[in-house]
Amino acid sequence: MTPNLVYIVVIGVLFAAGVSMVLERSLTRVLMGMILLGNGVNLLILLGGKAGAPPIVGGAPENELADPLPQIMILTAIVITLGMTAFLLALAYRSWAMAGHDEVQDDVEDRRIMLLAERDEGSGTEDES
Amino acid sequence: MTWLVPLPVVMPLLGAALTLMMAGRPRAQRTVSLTALTATLLVSAALLYLTTTEGALVVAVGGWVAPLGIVLVADELAALMLVVSAAVTVCVLVYSIGQGMADGHEETPLSVYHPTYLVLTAGVTNAFLAGDLFNLYVGFEILLVASYVLLTLGGTENRIRAGTTYVVVSLLSSVIFLTAIGLIYAATGTLNMAQLAGRLDALPDGLRLTLQGMLLLAFGIKAAVFPLSSWLPDSYPTAPAPVTAVFAGLLTKVGVYAIIRTETLLFPGGRATTVLLIAALLTMVIGILGAVAQSDIKRLLSFTLVSHIGYLLFGVGLTSELGLSSAIFYVVHHITVQTTLFLAAGLIEKRGGSTALDRLGGLARLNPVLALAFLIPALNLAGIPPFSGFIGKLGLIEAGVADGGYLAWLLVAGSVLTSLLTLYAIARVWNLAFWRSPNPAMPSPDAGRCPPLMVVPTLALVAFGVALSVVAGPLFAIGDQAAGDLLQRGGYAQAVLGGDAP
Repeated sequence: MTPNLVYIVVIGVLFAAGVSMVLERSLTRVLMGMILLGNGVNLLILLGGKAGAPPIVGGAPENELADPLPQIMILTAIVITLGMTAFLLALAYRSWAMAGHDEVQDDVEDRRIMLLAERDEGSGTEDES
Repeated sequence: MTWLVPLPVVMPLLGAALTLMMAGRPRAQRTVSLTALTATLLVSAALLYLTTTEGALVVAVGGWVAPLGIVLVADELAALMLVVSAAVTVCVLVYSIGQGMADGHEETPLSVYHPTYLVLTAGVTNAFLAGDLFNLYVGFEILLVASYVLLTLGGTENRIRAGTTYVVVSLLSSVIFLTAIGLIYAATGTLNMAQLAGRLDALPDGLRLTLQGMLLLAFGIKAAVFPLSSWLPDSYPTAPAPVTAVFAGLLTKVGVYAIIRTETLLFPGGRATTVLLIAALLTMVIGILGAVAQSDIKRLLSFTLVSHIGYLLFGVGLTSELGLSSAIFYVVHHITVQTTLFLAAGLIEKRGGSTALDRLGGLARLNPVLALAFLIPALNLAGIPPFSGFIGKLGLIEAGVADGGYLAWLLVAGSVLTSLLTLYAIARVWNLAFWRSPNPAMPSPDAGRCPPLMVVPTLALVAFGVALSVVAGPLFAIGDQAAGDLLQRGGYAQAVLGGDAP
């Protein structure tokens, strides 16, 4: 594909919007962000190849054919992104069903140890033995 | 003999398809997955023998020759990693079967456990054998998807909570990797690693550094390099013991393998080695400091896992032959030892009812075999002579001293400190869980009996870890050979591209 400004701006917007969505706490938003990011990457890969006629031997002179490899790679990437989206969706649903919300949570044990450290205590296992 | 090369990928995948069809028949599932993984182990051993005697084996998948088609390449490093990972997966599979039967209800290794486990193995072997970047990406995705399922097995609230972080972080690293692939293809017009080795050299310095940085970022997240490691200690410990064990042994090491491969073949030397060395130092020291603060054995082990990734990076960052061969030796040692420790932690949980240190005690008297199964790999991890951990660390320290730079000396000091702190961390586990008087809260001996099918594979891995010290000479020779080949680069390109090598 011939790189032109429109594509580049679209890729930039997709990446920026995707990253800011992924940084959210709600898993549904993270999922949306992942979809945007995935599409941004796919467009980026598409830009990396040469544009031209459909890459079928005999259809056009050889130097006018498009580069088929990026398209193959995008196909693979789309399938993988689709699977991942489905899994994240299931995860968000399960989290909502189990916990009543779909937020990405903090590490509980980590918090406990931090609290102990603030009170200047060990992890509760030092004294006895 | 090149027809052997795709087998380690194909056999687990076939096994996965078969076990998926046998969803209701656990006995048949066990037979199929054990057969598939044992066969993978045998083929990997044959590949190791062939690559060390005859050089790298290359297969063009589907008959499309090298620069255009996808190639699978088995060189010494890949074959060595295959053998160790196959050995570990077989042992963990037997352990998980034992755990499932001991718990009494047939669903414990759910009917999706075996297919997913086999797919995970296929992803790992595909990543080791991949000869082009996109195939490496596909290998990563296969193993990651399988790992998502294994980590959230059963879908309890705690596992969903821990799994969410892991899935989101892994997805981000995959996106970064895929972006890097897109940019590399746009810049060079190829993704075949042998061809990239020549073409990347021709790129302007800044662009090269950007591409290298993106790949390092993507692999660094997977390998749990500080500061990209904070997802690991949260997500691993909540999974069932065999799952954590195989993750600890293999998944982070696939990231390390990818770093070794890309740093030596695609981007040798350069400014990024300084970054690698600093990251290595921070990973080591901060990881082990995290371990010292933990009060749960599984979490403590997760932190030591992060910490010891630093040793591997240290060896890679030195870019000398000795450094690289020591890193290769250390990978083999670390896969074995870390897996064994997590399996032992699973046994502790079985016997003591928990892995929280304040609920355990007196295990050494109650179950001497279990004590031994924990103590030997733990000492091995800390690097007590004559175990393989000591040999690997000694090699790395020697390589650091030979390098002579101030960063290398700093790392030598850091690795000694980390080693001592590791010893402190495991001594604490030993004192609290094994040595003091038994805790009344623990289950009665009958309820906490460890089934033989869980004990035997753990002991087998303990023995394997000890055997690494015995065969350290030949193993280091393979490591040297692999490191030499990696640093030369020409041999790999020659093997893949034939006469067209740059």
